Amino acid sequence: MSDELDEIQAIFFEECTEGLTIAEEGLSAMAAGDVSADVIAGVFRAVHSIKGGSGAFGHGALQAFSHRFENVLDEVRAGHIPPTADVTRIMLGAFDLLSDHVAAAQSGSAFPDDAAMLEQLDAILASKGAAIEDSIPAPVAEADEFGFTPVAAVVEDFDSFGFEPVMVDLDDLAPAEPAGWTVRFGPSRGAMANGAEPMLVIRELEDMGGQVMGVDISRLPGLRDLDPEDGYLIWTIVLPATVDEQAIRDCFDFVAPDSLIEIGRAELSAVAPVADATMPIAMPVIEEVERPALTLVADNIAPAVEKAKADVPGQTIRVDLGKLDQLLNLVGELVIRGSILSDRLSPTDQERVELPELSRLTRQIQDNVMSLRAQPIRQAFSRVPRMLRDLMAETGKQVSLETTGEMTEVDKGVIEKIGDPLTHMIRNAVDHGIESPEERIAAGKPAEGTIRLSAEQKGARIVVRIADDGRGINRERVRAKAVERGIIAADAQLSDEDIDSLICAPGFSTAETISNISGRGVGMDVVRSNVEALGGRLEIHSVPGEGTTFSMALPLTLAILDGMIVRLGKQRYVLPLTNVIETVQPAPGQVQATSPTSEVIELRGNYLPVRRVGEMFGLSDHRKPEESLVIIVESEAAGHVGLMVDTIDNRREVVIKSLEDNLHPIRGLGGATVLGDGSIALILDIDALVVATGFKSALKGMAA
Amino acid sequence: MSKLILTVDDSASMRMLLKASLTAQGFKIESADDGQHGLERMHEVKPDLLITDINMPRMDGFELIEAVRAVPEFRGTPILVLSTEFSDDKKARAREAGATGWITKPFDATKLGAAIRRVCP
Repeated sequence: MSDELDEIQAIFFEECTEGLTIAEEGLSAMAAGDVSADVIAGVFRAVHSIKGGSGAFGHGALQAFSHRFENVLDEVRAGHIPPTADVTRIMLGAFDLLSDHVAAAQSGSAFPDDAAMLEQLDAILASKGAAIEDSIPAPVAEADEFGFTPVAAVVEDFDSFGFEPVMVDLDDLAPAEPAGWTVRFGPSRGAMANGAEPMLVIRELEDMGGQVMGVDISRLPGLRDLDPEDGYLIWTIVLPATVDEQAIRDCFDFVAPDSLIEIGRAELSAVAPVADATMPIAMPVIEEVERPALTLVADNIAPAVEKAKADVPGQTIRVDLGKLDQLLNLVGELVIRGSILSDRLSPTDQERVELPELSRLTRQIQDNVMSLRAQPIRQAFSRVPRMLRDLMAETGKQVSLETTGEMTEVDKGVIEKIGDPLTHMIRNAVDHGIESPEERIAAGKPAEGTIRLSAEQKGARIVVRIADDGRGINRERVRAKAVERGIIAADAQLSDEDIDSLICAPGFSTAETISNISGRGVGMDVVRSNVEALGGRLEIHSVPGEGTTFSMALPLTLAILDGMIVRLGKQRYVLPLTNVIETVQPAPGQVQATSPTSEVIELRGNYLPVRRVGEMFGLSDHRKPEESLVIIVESEAAGHVGLMVDTIDNRREVVIKSLEDNLHPIRGLGGATVLGDGSIALILDIDALVVATGFKSALKGMAA
Repeated sequence: MSKLILTVDDSASMRMLLKASLTAQGFKIESADDGQHGLERMHEVKPDLLITDINMPRMDGFELIEAVRAVPEFRGTPILVLSTEFSDDKKARAREAGATGWITKPFDATKLGAAIRRVCP
């Protein structure tokens, strides 16, 4: 520890040197006529820091002198003493002496004689800077001739907050016989605000041998008038005579000053006056106090709740996250049971048992539980600014950050899990996207790059975008690298988007030198699979020379989905209803082949691509289009697309059960669910499905 | 479970001193070098207790306390001010901003530990 202290002390003296430089510059500026608030505040802060550290390292003389110097600076800063030429001249003198003090403390040599200077400083304080030459040095009672006397603040290192120390005068205590201490403590409203907890004070007193003798509940109002944030109780605590009074007072250090605090030497009998309204002896105190309240509950619960609502806006309660999860799970089970009931009961029976009403209520509970778990995404964004500063320092690049939509609410589980992908994409943007200032200027851009971080809700998804205005993806290089790594064939025909998405291919890295920043062994492929594991999608949009945008589309919740149940052969699948635009029963000739592998559907004069979902999952059927149904869905990546299925069963809310616990992520599938009859259906991830079909090689991984 | 404390002070030596003396007493310490960083670190580390200096560049201690209290999640987090300032005005301002207590520098490590346990057992 002492080595460590020496080391810290060395840093303190470095800080002193810096502080002295700042103070000197500021005072010189003041002497030259610049007496702006910033300059004065800078000098004040420098001297203040020296004082703070000197005390901590036991340099009493330095501390005492800097304290007196600071007093004058504080008055100048507050505008009480005008920074006239005379005042500034004396402060420059004080500065010189402060430098000597620092040097003496550092070398351990004798302190400089500062008595004369202290007199001058005190004179300024006493005369408020007016006519210094004539003023008699004000007598300063506590300063001895060396001026070393530590000031009051230094001695009371545990000062309470203006807490008026109690009604007992020290003189009165002197003749006391060795009676025990009696403490009366009535925490005020303020004593429970600001994170303070009066119960800790009582515990601390108990640890010192104190015993709670009773609680005065006479101030306790009826439940109707009870303000849950106010303090009504007064505890009486008895402590042994051997306990030091200061130790008792210390316990009340942080108790709000308007609380009732009485500390006195007293016989036990002195407790008696409060006995009328006082519950006897300690242990059952809480129970006893609660009993009268409980009898009121039945009568008054409704008004009390209303009152609580009216009087205490924004009141909160902490709940263990595990309990919320349990609740969410149970609601999920409730939804499944509801589905089973609606499967088994005829529509008339459903009405008879009021199933629709039950479903509506279940839905409301569900929404409520979801909103309990929702948090602003700001929590995930908050670590970005710090990270960017570090990245700028490492790379020498200049980047400013713009964020929008940070109040968008998302499930807490999602927030916790997007931190890592977000971090990596920001690193990626700074490392690969944003150019060096020189490069940017040469390209006609401002030297400082910009990263825009945004979040917005789109239907049941939240879209998080990380956009940089850097150089964009170098497609030629990406392509060459992908060929070199054997990820694609040398003659593969790829669109720009296909090439961009190659950077998420496993084992791909374009950085010519693995940098300290992005090259941590985690590639964009891991980012993508993390996002997909959350039921989200990652998209890349890049314009050479203008920048790259990564979009993460994430589910708002990880639990429940409004779905359409479709049939493919004997299998049933769930399509998320939020993606569905309309369903079409194709007429003969409405679906046409444009190549051996692609088809389109003509819809009100437009042609939309059609995918046969059954074929994509290897359920080869050769139905005619007119015997099938085409569901028009909206996808992020490809706009409106038709998905061909055999039939539609019905519409249903389903509880998403993750597959990832047991299986690797399967592109195209968002999970599974249990249907009303107990059978299992797979949930389709439309966007992944559409993207995958546009990219033939990816299909291989999808055969379910 | 050792308590996690975030200390905010613009002086590196003060941060190190706090860290050294409080780590020795079984606390876990994170630190930040001004109010702005302090607020960011609050969100990152979610400490059991915040100890902050008052005079700092870029968001002083009062502003930091107000900003922290404005976050519902931190409404009940104890906040101690550790400052060489000691005027009643400043203390009243700190309490108004939402501070739980005030400790005047220089501090005695043992007493500081006791004071911490007083608000954060």
